Amino acid sequence: MTLAPELKDMSPEKLLAPVLSAFWDEDRSWTLDVYRRHEGYEGLRKALAMSPDDLIAYVKDSGLRGRGGAGFPTGMKWQFIPQGDGKPHYLVVNADESEPGTCKDIPLLFANPHSLIEGMIIACYAIRSSHAFIYLRGEVVPVLRRLHSAVAEAYAAGYLGKNILGSGLDLDITVHAGAGAYICGEETALLDSLEGRRGQPRLRPPFPAVAGLYACPTVVNNVESIASVPAILKNGKEWFRSMGSEKSPGFTLYSLSGHVASPGQYEAPLGITLRQLLEMSGGMRPGHRLKFWTPGGSSTPMFTDEHLDVPLDYEGVGAAGSMLGTKALQCFDETTCVVRAVTRWTEFYAHESCGKCTPCREGTYWLVQLLRDIEAGKGVMSDLDKLNDIADNINGKSFCALGDGAASPIFSSLKYFREEYEQHITGRGCPFDPAKSTAWADHRTEVNA
Amino acid sequence: MSTSSSERGVSLGMPELPAPDYPDDVRARLERDAREIIARYPDSRSALLPLLHLVQSEEGHVTRTGMRFCADMLDLTTAEVTAVATFYTMYRRRPSGDYQVGVCTNTLCAVMGGDAIFEALQEHLGVGNGETTDDGKVTLEHIECNAACDFAPVVMVNWEFFDNQTVDSAKRLVDDLRGGAQVAPTRGAPLCTFKETARILAGFPDERAGAVEATGSAGPASLVGLRLARGETAPARVVHPREGGPHDEPQDRAVHEPSPAEHLSSHDAPQDTSASDPAHPAGPVAEEGE
Repeated sequence: MTLAPELKDMSPEKLLAPVLSAFWDEDRSWTLDVYRRHEGYEGLRKALAMSPDDLIAYVKDSGLRGRGGAGFPTGMKWQFIPQGDGKPHYLVVNADESEPGTCKDIPLLFANPHSLIEGMIIACYAIRSSHAFIYLRGEVVPVLRRLHSAVAEAYAAGYLGKNILGSGLDLDITVHAGAGAYICGEETALLDSLEGRRGQPRLRPPFPAVAGLYACPTVVNNVESIASVPAILKNGKEWFRSMGSEKSPGFTLYSLSGHVASPGQYEAPLGITLRQLLEMSGGMRPGHRLKFWTPGGSSTPMFTDEHLDVPLDYEGVGAAGSMLGTKALQCFDETTCVVRAVTRWTEFYAHESCGKCTPCREGTYWLVQLLRDIEAGKGVMSDLDKLNDIADNINGKSFCALGDGAASPIFSSLKYFREEYEQHITGRGCPFDPAKSTAWADHRTEVNA
Repeated sequence: MSTSSSERGVSLGMPELPAPDYPDDVRARLERDAREIIARYPDSRSALLPLLHLVQSEEGHVTRTGMRFCADMLDLTTAEVTAVATFYTMYRRRPSGDYQVGVCTNTLCAVMGGDAIFEALQEHLGVGNGETTDDGKVTLEHIECNAACDFAPVVMVNWEFFDNQTVDSAKRLVDDLRGGAQVAPTRGAPLCTFKETARILAGFPDERAGAVEATGSAGPASLVGLRLARGETAPARVVHPREGGPHDEPQDRAVHEPSPAEHLSSHDAPQDTSASDPAHPAGPVAEEGE
């Protein structure tokens, strides 16, 4: 199925598909009672009636792909876990959401933590694991409270612990708070961190499926990927495949932010476009136009208003030269200086580079020096080629994707906005007024009037 | 050679003396907590991050004593513990305030007003990045993206969410913190001290009544898509908790539980622009210092 027949109908009721977010507005939505009222833990019952291998095949057939950025098929990740090897197996949920612009897992866990817990039990049954971990970034204490509470509720109700629902499955979940490091969102750095070390990526192979946590077979999945599993079991893989496209089936959370009229979470079938999302939600803020945006966080090459009709699925965004990433749609209008935006992102990558690989550690440092000079009007024209060259020396030359992410905004902004860089150099400074970009910029005159 | 190397603040190879131990009663209490944390993991070393949060909850920052305690409990060297403690930004390495005020200055929040807020707070409090006010109440710092971009600009206090901030609301926020008023976030529980927060991070649930329930199921921006999908005409309105920006009639009362600090301003009448700019609270009536 494709979305094509629906493209003409722009009504939000047709274009959106709240599943995980369907009852976030209900009182006490994070509790077990409310979750069960919405058929919570029904997917688990269906899963436990299947054999683990059939369950893995079912999730694979559904076409669910990872929602954390890379889009790797979730069922295939589970299938890679060697069986009968006599070693413990682990499931680790990556709840370290830190990619700039990304803000989907945090509201999901705040409002509906049981969807994750149910998904984890199903996944652990499939991969034969009896101990799972939620690695939550530490800087979100309100979410930590609700995870503590939801896990305790699940134990009390017999969904966790020994012999879950009489199935013979034993499972413990440990909620683990990180301590502030973007790099721990990278799965092998996350595993090192969970082992009590500095969060630095590991060389692969071996992949975590073979040698992950404590060198045992480990599945690392994003929050949204795992939380989507119960609905697939409950409603069926055909239902899931009825949304999105052949290669990118299902629903997902799109996070709209920046200079838009209605920033927030929009759950929709994969393949919706930014134009559709903006048209249904009131567009950009009044009197302004879209200048540039990211399809999936700052590490995905930026787009411009030429890309409003790119289908936001893995293939569509990839074909247009970027990546779907985390579906973090950060939208900036014409008041925003692209050099300022890229400089700030690059400062972030330099700060968060773990220091293990030289191209990333040194390269991000030098990118920051060059960009700060350009932004301050102290750059020269040859700096632009130098930026490109340094980014090229980082991209693909480090253990993990942080370096590639750091190169993305450089490459893409130079591609679409080279003139704006040149203006900073020839004009000896930034032509933009940052006050005009603020959330309150357009309100002052009206309010004072 | 009249001054020793340590007096000159330069270490020339003489190792520092081991850090002093905790007093016996403190150590006994922390050991009980530490054993509970270690029992959650198949391998004891995995307990190191939570243990560092635990010692931070004791002293407000990670001291040499705290690191030695972690090393003892996990059979690691203090060098191994120090290597980890210095890698992660949430571990403080010097005494700081009761309230850590973090202003997001990653690109999106910075552009939306985070830079202006951070600058104004530095001036207002008379402190720079990472510094603490003289009364020991507020430590100001700029932070990286905190996964709340649809609520930009965002300020975190002790890692609770203060969404949709303005220069004015942020100034009022730090004034309230310094004045000892009970301050409630837009998403999260009424504030506790930094030390108490660190204990939750170590994995000990917040036992305060109402802490888990506070501020309802979801913030307004989290619900805009859901409401559109249901055919509800207008997306959720932000009812700003600390700022007298223009409000609409609060349509989201069911999910938004007003904090005690919240008040409806005199600008309640719907305005033309807010119809198309609903989830953004307007800026302050008059920006201070401009």
